[in-house]
Amino acid sequence: MCLAVPAKIVDRIDMMATVEVSGVTRQVSLMLLPGAKVGEYVLIHAGFAIQTVDEEEAKRTLELFEEMAAHEE
Amino acid sequence: MKSRTREEERRLAAFFRGEIARLATRPVRLMEVCGTHTVAIFKAGIRQLLPPEVELVSGPGCPVCVTPNEYLDTAVAYSRQQGVIITTFGDMLRVPGSSSSLAAEQATGADIRIVYSPLDSLAIAAANPAKKVIFLAVGFETTAPTAAATVLAAEQAGLTNFYVLSAHKLVPPALRALLTAGEVQVDGLLLPGHVSAIIGEEPYRFLAREYGVPAVITGFEPLDILGAVYLLVKRIAAGEAALDNEYRRVVPPAGNPAAVAVLDKVYGEADAAWRGIGVIPASGLAVKAAYRRFDALAALPVTVEETKDHPGCRCGEVLRGVARPADCPLFGAACTPERPVGSCMVSVEGTCAAWYKYGAGRWQV
Repeated sequence: MCLAVPAKIVDRIDMMATVEVSGVTRQVSLMLLPGAKVGEYVLIHAGFAIQTVDEEEAKRTLELFEEMAAHEE
Repeated sequence: MKSRTREEERRLAAFFRGEIARLATRPVRLMEVCGTHTVAIFKAGIRQLLPPEVELVSGPGCPVCVTPNEYLDTAVAYSRQQGVIITTFGDMLRVPGSSSSLAAEQATGADIRIVYSPLDSLAIAAANPAKKVIFLAVGFETTAPTAAATVLAAEQAGLTNFYVLSAHKLVPPALRALLTAGEVQVDGLLLPGHVSAIIGEEPYRFLAREYGVPAVITGFEPLDILGAVYLLVKRIAAGEAALDNEYRRVVPPAGNPAAVAVLDKVYGEADAAWRGIGVIPASGLAVKAAYRRFDALAALPVTVEETKDHPGCRCGEVLRGVARPADCPLFGAACTPERPVGSCMVSVEGTCAAWYKYGAGRWQV
């Protein structure tokens, strides 16, 4: 039930955003993520954007694990 | 985990598996407390990738599964009233109550509509001003803010025929109850990534501090889960209890304060009954007095049948991690996804449903 999918915000009017997932667009509410900007990737759950996806953090986590792997080898 | 190449993915997975095998020198039991993790673990065959010393058990992380019969019975009773439209997420439809289910009521004429978002209920309420629209507000901290935001949107739209029937539940108090009961030995916890996206890291600090249990906030890709198991096994081997966040790309330490503010505006903590666990103090959410006119239970009288449990169903023990689905005499025989007896078999996130669909993982049924 807590499944959420990442989607890119392609447009925003007030508290409604148009997001794109795999080429399909849909409307989601930004009531829970008022600071979201066009161009950002956000997590969508039950018709609401609930969090921003931080690509930099994604890279950092992977790099951290890779460092661990390199260190152990 | 966003990966750059298949080769890197394979290399990391091999590293995690090798390290897990090297570090797990004694049997450890790790609990995933999120139904979405349960499905991801089975789907990716994670159990088969782990050494026999590392056992993964499912906890009470499927909101539909932990919703007690009494709630279903109340929803059924409302659905039988004249002029009521029930809106619900799809996975509630087939959950058996004491004597009926929403699907059975729908078949006999009740107006029950599946929605993707709680917001869809508002359009239904606006289009049916003579009817009362009741949204079945089920779910953990990921979903609860969406229901709270919908109440605020209903207020803003001036709707007077929209209500929520709240069965929202909170993850940290359930973890506390499980660890306090000590019925099942848990050496480490995989924490739900999307619940954490809302509440952040702080509400989990007590796990290490008070119970000495390491925990990892975990994403949903196979590598996320393997990485989290590795981090837990590493902590256990070092004798460290700490909270790690493997899912920082989605879970900032503070979570989502705007969503928490919306939640706190509409809902307050309340004692809540969990299937198989009983009442856990301050583990649920009730509509605050200022929004009582949107609270179905406060605004709309209802008579509910006496609650009865299903004889033989061991869903409650499965939810606590003390029984495996295969330990239940009904599993795969009298209880299947096509003809479910208990909620753990109904929901796609239920542990019994996952065992049935994907096989038991490493164990033979």
